[in-house]
Amino acid sequence: MKFGAVVAVAMVTGLLATACGSSNTSTGSKHRVPPTASMKPLDKVGAGEGLLNLIAWEGYVDDSWKKSFEQTTGCQVHAQYAGSSDEMVSLMQNGGGGQWDMVSASGDADLRLIYGGDVKPMNEKLISDWQNFQTYFKNPQYNTIDGVHYGISLQWGPNVLLYNTNKFKIAPTSWSAVYDNSNKGLVTAYDYPITIADAALYLSKSQPSLGIKDPYELTKKQFDATVALLMQQRQLIKKYWPSASEEISMFQNGDAFIGAAWPYQTIQLKAAGAPVADTIPSEGATGWGDTWMLATKAPHPNCAYLWTQYVSTAKVQAEQALFFGETPVNTKACGEMEALQAGSCAQYHASEPGSYIDTIHFWKTPETTCADGSENCIPYDQWVSAWTTIKG
Amino acid sequence: MAVKAVGRPRPKGGGAVPFAALFWRLPWLRSLLLLTPPLAWFVVIYFASLVLLLVTAFWTTDPFTTQVVQVWNTSNFERILNEPVYHDIVGRTVLLAVLVTLTDAALAFPFAYYMARVASRRVQTLLFAAVLLPLWASYLARVYAWILILNHSGLLNWSLQSIGLPPANIGYTNVAMWVVFSYIWLPFMIIPTYAALERVPESLLEASADLGARRWRTIRDIVLPLALPGVVAGSIFTFSLTLGDYITPVLVGGAGSTFIGNVVFSNIGIANNIPFAAALSTIPVAIMAVYLFIAQRLGAFEAL
Repeated sequence: MKFGAVVAVAMVTGLLATACGSSNTSTGSKHRVPPTASMKPLDKVGAGEGLLNLIAWEGYVDDSWKKSFEQTTGCQVHAQYAGSSDEMVSLMQNGGGGQWDMVSASGDADLRLIYGGDVKPMNEKLISDWQNFQTYFKNPQYNTIDGVHYGISLQWGPNVLLYNTNKFKIAPTSWSAVYDNSNKGLVTAYDYPITIADAALYLSKSQPSLGIKDPYELTKKQFDATVALLMQQRQLIKKYWPSASEEISMFQNGDAFIGAAWPYQTIQLKAAGAPVADTIPSEGATGWGDTWMLATKAPHPNCAYLWTQYVSTAKVQAEQALFFGETPVNTKACGEMEALQAGSCAQYHASEPGSYIDTIHFWKTPETTCADGSENCIPYDQWVSAWTTIKG
Repeated sequence: MAVKAVGRPRPKGGGAVPFAALFWRLPWLRSLLLLTPPLAWFVVIYFASLVLLLVTAFWTTDPFTTQVVQVWNTSNFERILNEPVYHDIVGRTVLLAVLVTLTDAALAFPFAYYMARVASRRVQTLLFAAVLLPLWASYLARVYAWILILNHSGLLNWSLQSIGLPPANIGYTNVAMWVVFSYIWLPFMIIPTYAALERVPESLLEASADLGARRWRTIRDIVLPLALPGVVAGSIFTFSLTLGDYITPVLVGGAGSTFIGNVVFSNIGIANNIPFAAALSTIPVAIMAVYLFIAQRLGAFEAL
């Protein structure tokens, strides 16, 4: 029986090796070449096809800005909302493609879509607002490989440390608060494998001897240390939060007092009068960056480009940022945000300089290939099974 | 023409509806045509999907693109057998399903007995409505109602504190799951138990009394054995529904409340590792097969 498993592993490794073999380009990059890398993107945007099928996060295709897009371009937008990055990947991969034009994927799904051949390169020159994007979001490593853009950045947000100000009179300055035994029963964490990166980020500062440079690229030793920390943290946790609304009610009902959160939860809790605040501790934070990606078999590419142009404009960027509680990538959106809601630009960190964004480690899919080209890193499927082990 | 020879009259309008005559002459053809759609549905959609599930369990996925690799191997099952966390999860799921079933049986029996044999017609109708009414509300709404009762500042702790007792912090624990599951599946136990109890002939109870058996003796030796198939039938529902649930553990459970269903869900939804999810979901199928075999031996299928 073991023999069968060995054969299977050998075959898979063989496949990977062949894929890797053809990939070492002249730039010296050790990354595999995505299957759609050579597909030439559109040179100019033609007339809309009248229809656009999107997979999106809930709230990303709201009527308040969808309506005017449909009127001006004649592209009827149909949005399928997905609940997680991985649901997006499943939707894109299953069913053979061809049903969907675009997906608003987060960084932890992007590389899987790119290397799965589910999305194809986009021409950033056709998106005039791209020039106004924060420098980081023009070519973030989760959607741009060897200078080829597999999508256009949309919005981003940090994973902040949310805490109850009655319980924690002094703002915590370190993520150590969520691993501290004295906070037993007060802590919560996001119920999702990517939470492992939060712990790895903390260890990269608290235990420099482990040598963690990137919380998404962990060797076996680093990964085991991170999992051990999370197993220890489990004793402090009453409940992991499965969705934003769950975390909100846990903070409201006294079932959680400190834990990682999105700015959305802080805004909602503050609006409801709960005594909470959030902070980005000294170790920095993980974060997410969302990208509109174009499906390889997109049946309506012109409408897709028209949509990307539209959602990249300062006005729509500001509307979406305020609607969802996240930060626009278009630097021009700040003024629009202020016009809609005074003080919101600073509140969402939309005016922060690049140095602030450098403290955020954006979600990306963990791969076997580390940054130095070695094949020692722990891939995402092992993150998923480790997460099952951690939760027990 | 054989038909004419036997002397059967031709059906009226037979010429207008050519098939009618054919069906009349060949009755088996009619049953064949009537039965084909439901049978085809059963075989193709119901049975084939189960077979596909079983086959998929022996495949694997490419770790990076998460696409299914159709190479026959047993690594998924080896992983379940070798990693202790999956033993814990399967053990927890089965244990809770058993606990919920026993709790529901203990609660449902006196209730159903009262409904079937003691209550007046009017009260019986009222009780029926009371049992079935929660089923009209959404499952999620009922689970959320329990969160409001059990959480830290919920109704339970508030009541305890107002009578001077310390708070019972059972929100987001396995105890909370046990309470919520027992509540949610209770009607599925009461109805079959009621049906079985109602069928116990009055004459047997009278005969038992005539022979000098006291009330408890009659219940133990006459009512319980006759009602057992109904309880077992109900337990099929409570056991299998708890075994397959994955929403209540997410909403009501705490840090160590993962069920088989949650791991299946996260392997499909998060990891997109459908072969491993398929391998895991064969476990409840196997457990239910054994359970149904025992239930059948106890006569539960006659009580359904």
